[in-house]
Amino acid sequence: MIAPALRLTGIEAFYGTAQALFGVDLEVPAGAVTVLLGRNGAGKSTTLKAAMGLVDVRAGRVFVGTRDVTGAPAYKVARTGLGYVPETRRVFGGLSVEENLVVGERVGVAGTVAWTRERLFDLFPPLAGMRERLAGQLSGGEQQMLTIARTLMGNPQIILLDEPSEGLAPVIVQQIAATIRTLAAEGLTVLLSEQNVRFAMHVASRAAVIERGRILVEGPIADIAADEGVREAYLTP
Amino acid sequence: MSFIVVQAITGLASAASLFLIAVGLSIVFGVTRVVNFAHGSLYMLGAYLAFSFVAAFGDSFFGYLAAMLLAAIVVGGVGAVMETSLLRRIYRAPELFQLLATFGVVLVIQDLTRLIWGADDRFAPRMPGLDGSINILGHAVPQYDLFLISVAFVVLGGLWLLFRHTRFGVLVRAATEDREMVAALGVDQRWLFTGAFILGATLAGLGGALQIPRQAVGLSMDLNIIVDAFVVVVVGGMGSIIGAFVAAVLISELLAFGVVIFPQITLVLIFLVMAVTLVLKPSGLFGRPEFTTAEDRRNPDPPLRAGQGLSRIFWWSLLVIGLAAPLAVGDFAVIVLTEIAILALFAASLHFLLWGGGLITFGHAAYFGLGAYGSGLAVFHLSMGMAPALLMAPLAGAAGALLFGWFCVRLSGIYMAMLTLAFAQIAWSATFQWVNFTGGDNGILGIWPSAWASDPVVFYYLAFGVCAAVIWGLRHAIFSPFGYTLRATRDSSLRSAAIGVDVTRHRWLAFTLAGAAAGVAGGFFAFAKGSVFPDVLFVSTSVDGLVMVLLGGMQSLAGPILGAIVFTEIETELTRLTDLWQLFLGLLIIGLVVVLPHGLAGLSALIRRRSS
Ligand SMILES: Nc1ncnc2c1ncn2[C@@H]1O[C@H](COP(=O)(O)OP(=O)(O)O)[C@@H](O)[C@H]1O
Ligand SMILES: [Mg+2]
Repeated sequence: MIAPALRLTGIEAFYGTAQALFGVDLEVPAGAVTVLLGRNGAGKSTTLKAAMGLVDVRAGRVFVGTRDVTGAPAYKVARTGLGYVPETRRVFGGLSVEENLVVGERVGVAGTVAWTRERLFDLFPPLAGMRERLAGQLSGGEQQMLTIARTLMGNPQIILLDEPSEGLAPVIVQQIAATIRTLAAEGLTVLLSEQNVRFAMHVASRAAVIERGRILVEGPIADIAADEGVREAYLTP
Repeated sequence: MSFIVVQAITGLASAASLFLIAVGLSIVFGVTRVVNFAHGSLYMLGAYLAFSFVAAFGDSFFGYLAAMLLAAIVVGGVGAVMETSLLRRIYRAPELFQLLATFGVVLVIQDLTRLIWGADDRFAPRMPGLDGSINILGHAVPQYDLFLISVAFVVLGGLWLLFRHTRFGVLVRAATEDREMVAALGVDQRWLFTGAFILGATLAGLGGALQIPRQAVGLSMDLNIIVDAFVVVVVGGMGSIIGAFVAAVLISELLAFGVVIFPQITLVLIFLVMAVTLVLKPSGLFGRPEFTTAEDRRNPDPPLRAGQGLSRIFWWSLLVIGLAAPLAVGDFAVIVLTEIAILALFAASLHFLLWGGGLITFGHAAYFGLGAYGSGLAVFHLSMGMAPALLMAPLAGAAGALLFGWFCVRLSGIYMAMLTLAFAQIAWSATFQWVNFTGGDNGILGIWPSAWASDPVVFYYLAFGVCAAVIWGLRHAIFSPFGYTLRATRDSSLRSAAIGVDVTRHRWLAFTLAGAAAGVAGGFFAFAKGSVFPDVLFVSTSVDGLVMVLLGGMQSLAGPILGAIVFTEIETELTRLTDLWQLFLGLLIIGLVVVLPHGLAGLSALIRRRSS
C-alpha cells in the first residue's frame, strides 16, 4: 500500500485555552478525494488548519508524505505541496483578480508548473472576463472560484478545501463539484470538509466523520452514507 | 490671491517631508502591525547623516543629491538591522510592548546621535543650484521648495508603480489585508516584513535628508516629526498611502495658512481637524475600519483577588516602611522618597487604565502635567495657598482627561495610543507656546509648600498620606462593580456591549478617574520641585510611567508601586554616574520587553510557582 499523502495522528488543537480537537487521527490517501463530514462546530475547519500549521497544535503529528511538518510555520507547510482553501474564501478584496493569482504563484515541489493563469482561466471561465476587477466586488461563487484558483497557482500536490459549497447557489455548487472531480482526475489529492452529505457523495470516494473534535468513523463514502445511525446522529441531512 | 498661491506652495513643501515619513510609518504598520515609534529617529538620523555627507562631498548639485540619497540608503540599512534584530522578536507581543520597545530605540538613537554629532544644532549649506528663488505672481518662492514638492510626487508615483506592478508590492498589499492567508499561500513573511521595513526606513531617511537645506538639524527632530506623523496617519488612515498623502497636505496647508491667519491657535486647528475626522470617520479618511476595533482577548487574565497572603503582607510592609523610612534616612533620601510616593501614584493611575481598562495610553503625562500646572498656575496667578492649589490639581487633570478622553475612548489599540500621545503633545506645545499664561520654556517658579509643610519630612508625610490614600481608592475602584464591568469591557468589548454595558461611558469614566489621580500626583510634584516646566507633559514622562508599570509587572496591583520604587532608584543612581541615562533606559526597556515581559512581579510569581 502506498503511504498516505497526508496523515494526522493524535492531533490536539487549541484556541487560547479552549481545546477544539481531542486526538484527531486522519489518513488522506494519495490521488483520491476524501471528505471530512461533520456538523457545524465539529472541528472540520480546525482539522484543516492544524494540517496547515494555522492553529495551535499541542499534541500529535502531521505528516505530508513521509515528512513531519508538525509545528512548522504555514509558509513552510505550503511549500511541502499542501494547498489550503479557507472556509470564508479570504480573497484579497483590495487586489484585482489577477493580483490575487500573483500572490498564490509558486513553483510546485518537484519544480512542476501544472497551473498557469491561462489554464486557470480555462478552468474557471467566468474569471477570465474580470481579470482587472477587484476581488472584493466579485459574487460569492466567483470568489470561491478565485480562492481555489489562487491556491492552485502554488501548484500543490494536496489541496485542502474547507466547505467549498457553503452558501452558494445550486448551479454554482455543481460547477464546484465538477471542478473537484477535474482536479482529482489531474492526479491531485483532495481533502475537503463538508456538512452537505449529498454534495460529498458526488465528489468523494472516502469519508471520515468528525464530532466534537474526534474522528468517529472512517471508510468508503458509500458505507458511511448508507449508515443510518451515523447519518441521523452526526450529520445534517 | 497671489499670496494664497504662494502660501499654498509653502504648505506643500512642508507636506512633502511629512508625507515621506508618514507613508513609511503607514506601510510598515500595514504589513507588520507595529507602529514604529523610532520612525522619527530614522528621519533624524537621515538628516544628520546627510549633514555629514554634504560636508564631505556636497559642494555641487549632484554631490548634494548623492549625499541625500546615500543618507537615505544608510538609514534603510539601519532599518534592516533594527527589523531583524529587534522587531522580529516582538511581532507577537502586545501592542503596548511593541510601542515601548520601539520607544527604547528612540532613546538609544537619541544618545548615540548626541555622542556622535553633539548636542548643538547643526546647519547645512543650501543646496547648490537650488539656492535661489523663483518669482511667482510677484512673490519669491524658494526653488528648493518646488524641488521638494516634485520629489514628493516622484515618490508617490514610484510607490504607485511598486505597489501595482511588482510582486513585492502586490504581496505587501495582500499582507496588509490578511497576513495569515499570505503565509498559507507559501509566502515567507520574514523577507516581506524586512523589505517593507527597509522601504519605510529609507523613506524616513530621505525625508530627513531632504529637510537639511530648510531647517537646522537637531536632537528634537525625532519626536517632533513622529507626533506630526501620528496625526497624519490617524487622520489619513493607517495603512493607506493615499491617505498619508492627503492628510499630509491637509495638515501642512492648515498650518501654513493657520500661521498667517491665527498664529496663536494653529495647535487648536490641528486638534480640531483630528477631532472632527475621528468623530466622523474613526478609522481615518482612507483607513479601513477593522484596524480600529481591537480583537477580543482570547485569554483573559486570571481574576485578581483582593489582598490575600503575600499581597496583604506586601501592602502592610509598604505602609510601615513608608511611615518609618524618613526617621532613618538623611535629607536627600527624604526628597527621593517623596518623589517615589508621587511617581507611585502616577504609575498606579496609569496601571489602572492599562490593566483595568485595557486602554493603551501613551499620553498619561498630560494629566500629570495638567495637575502640576493646575497647582502652579493657581499659586502664580491666583496667589493661592498650598492646600487650595493642591485641590486644583485633580480638577485640572480630570478636566483634561474628560475632554481628551471623550475622543480617545472611542478608539482602541494602536489608534488610541497614537491619539493619546498626540493630545498630550498638543497640551505640551500649548504650555510651551502660551508664554503669557504658563511662562513657556521658563516655566513657573516659586511654588513652595506652605510654612507648616515646608520641612521636607512633613511634606513627605503629606505626599505619602495623600498618594497612598488615592492609590487605595484606585484599588478600591478596581474591585468595585464599576471595576468589574470595566475589566469585562477590556476582555471583550463586543460581548460587554451585547449584554447592555455602555462600554464607551465606562472607559470615559475610567479615563477621567485616572486623569484626576495623575493630577493629584502632578500637584504634589509641582510643590516637591518648587517649579513646573513643560517637560512634565512631555512624552518621555509618559514613557517613564509606562516603564514603571512594565518594570513592576502589569498583572498585579503591586506592580506599579514596585516599578516606581525601582525606577526612581535606578534613575537617581545612574544619572549621578553617567550622562548616557537615555541609552541605558532605552536598553532597559528593550530588555524588559524582550526578556521579562511580566516585569519584576512576574519574576516573583515565577519564583513562587517554582518553589511551591
Ligand atoms: N477562532 C476561534 N476561537 C475560539 N474557538 C474557536 C475558533 N474557531 C473555532 N472555534 C471552536 O472550535 C470548535 C471547532 O470549530 P471548527 O473547527 O470551526 O468547526 P467546523 O469547521 O466543523 O464548523 C468549535 O467549538 C468552535 O467554537
Ligand atoms: Mg468550519
